[in-house]
Amino acid sequence: MRLWRWTLTAFVVVFLLAPLLVVAVGSVNQNRYLNFPPEGFSLEWYGQLFTDSGWQTSIRYSLTIAAASAALAVLIATPLAYVLRTYRIRLAPLLYTLGILPFMLPPIISALGMQVFWLSTGHVGRIENVIIAHAIFFSTLPLVTISLTMETMDQALPEAAQTLGADRRTTFRTVTLPLLIPSMITGYAAAFVLSLNEYIISFLVAGFTVETLPVKIVNGLRYGFTPTIAAVAVVFILIAATTFTLFAIFGNLMKFLGADPAILEKNN
Amino acid sequence: MSEREKPSARTNGVLAFPVGMLVIFFLIPFGIMVATSFYHRIEGAFYEPAFELDNWQRLFQPVFLERALFSIGICLLAGLVCITIAFPFTYFLTRMRRRPQVVLLIVVLSALSLSEVIVAFSWYILLGRASGVSNILVWLGVMNEAAAYQPSFAAVLLGLSYIAFPYCVLTLYPQLTRLDPEITEAAQTLGASPWRTFWTVVVPIARPIIVAGFLLVFVFTLGSYLIADFLGRPEHWTLSVFIANQASANANVPFAAAMAIFLTALSLVVVAVVGLIESRTRRLT
Repeated sequence: MRLWRWTLTAFVVVFLLAPLLVVAVGSVNQNRYLNFPPEGFSLEWYGQLFTDSGWQTSIRYSLTIAAASAALAVLIATPLAYVLRTYRIRLAPLLYTLGILPFMLPPIISALGMQVFWLSTGHVGRIENVIIAHAIFFSTLPLVTISLTMETMDQALPEAAQTLGADRRTTFRTVTLPLLIPSMITGYAAAFVLSLNEYIISFLVAGFTVETLPVKIVNGLRYGFTPTIAAVAVVFILIAATTFTLFAIFGNLMKFLGADPAILEKNN
Repeated sequence: MSEREKPSARTNGVLAFPVGMLVIFFLIPFGIMVATSFYHRIEGAFYEPAFELDNWQRLFQPVFLERALFSIGICLLAGLVCITIAFPFTYFLTRMRRRPQVVLLIVVLSALSLSEVIVAFSWYILLGRASGVSNILVWLGVMNEAAAYQPSFAAVLLGLSYIAFPYCVLTLYPQLTRLDPEITEAAQTLGASPWRTFWTVVVPIARPIIVAGFLLVFVFTLGSYLIADFLGRPEHWTLSVFIANQASANANVPFAAAMAIFLTALSLVVVAVVGLIESRTRRLT
C-alpha cells in the first residue's frame, strides 16, 4: 500500500508537470524549431515578447479584457449574491441558477450565443463584445465565492449595526461590504486568470479583429511553432504558480480549497 | 438566524443590473441561437431568417448521431480515467502532512491554471515524433526509432484527462478531508489491511462523491475544443469542435446552433444528475 501510494503520487506529479517541462525547455532553446535533444540556451524568445509589436498588441488586448471583464463580473455577482442571501425572494433559486448557468454549460454555448447576438446587432468584432462575453461567462466565479461568504457570515454583525440605528444602506456600506471584500478579490482573481486563458469565446466573438494571447498562440501554431509561444506559456505558468505559492504562505490554501477545519488540526 | 426580510422596491432596483445583464447577454443570445437553428443557410454566404427544420433533421442522421455518441463515449472514458487516478490520489493527499500536501496542491493548481491552448500544444509536442517522449526512449535504448503518438484516439483521451484532472481533484478534495480517519482506523484495528480498508470502507462511503466527480469531468471535457482539434484526426473530434468549425470555417451557423442546443440539453441533464447526487450526499454528512 505504501509503495503503491508513492508510485501513484509520483506518477501524478510527473503527469501534471510534463507539459510545464516541455514549454520551459522549448522557451530557452536556441534553435528556432523544437528539436531533441535541445541545443544551446537563449533568452531571445523572451525578449521578443517585449519588442515584437504583434505580441505586444495581444498582451495588451488580453490584459485589458481580463481586467475589465473580471471587474464587470464582480459588479454583476456582488448585488446578486447579496440580495439573494439577505432577502426572502421567491425566485431566488431560479436567479441563482441563472447566475451559474453560463459557466456550467460548455463554453461553446456562450461563444456561439454571443456570436449570433452581436451579429444580429451589427456591432461586430469589438473588444467590448469580448469583455461582456467573458464577464457573463465568468461571473459565476465571484457569485460562488461571495455567496459562500454571505452564508458563513455572522449575521449578528449587520443586525447589531441596525440595532444601533444604521439603515440598510449604511449597514451594507460599513459592515457587510468590508466583510465581503476578500471573497470579491478571490472571485476577481479567478475570473481574471481564466479570462486570460480563454480561447473559444474570444475566438468566435471577435477572433479576427481582437487577437488575444490564446487566439494568437493558436493562430501561430497553425502556421508552425515559434519558441515565443513557449516563452508566453512560461510567463503565464510562473504568474499562476507564484500567486498560489504566495497564497499558501500568507493564507491557508487547504482551508481555501474547502478542507475540513477539524481534520486540518488533527493532521499536524 | 433571524427571519429574512421581504424585498423592497429598492432591492428590486439593486437586482435590476445583474439580472438585466444576465438576461440581455445570456438568455437573449440563447434565444437568438434557438431561432438561428431554424434559419436558412445560404451556400457561400451566411444565413437568412426562415423557418425550416433542415438543421434539426441533420441532427438525426446516422453520421451526426455517431459523432454525438463518440463524443459522449470519449468524455465518459475521460471521466473514468480521471476518477480512477484522482480518487486514490486525492485520498492519499488528504492524509499527508501539511507541507507536502500544500506543495502538491500548488502543483495541481498550476496545472489547473494552464490554458487549454498550452496543454494542447505541449502534449502535441510530447507525443510528436520530432521532440517527444519517444526520443527519450530511443536515447535510453528502449526503442529503435522515434514514433508519433498523435494524432490518435489515445492522445485525445490523454489530453482531455489532463485538463479535467485538476478539477476532479479539487471537487473530491473538500469531501475527502471530511472523511473521519477514525472510521479507517477502526477498520484497521479490527484487522483489515490498508488495501482492504480502502476498498471496503473508503470507496463505498465516498461512492456519491465519486459519481459526482465523474460526471463533472464528463461535462467539462464535453466543452473542450482545442484538445480534440490538436491531438486528434477528424474522426476523433468532439461536438464542441464540430460546433466551432461550423460556426467559423464552414460558416453554417444555423447547423452549429442546432448542435449547440443539443449539447446544452445533454449537459443540463448531466448537471441535474450531479445536483441530485450532491443534495443527497449533503444529507448524509
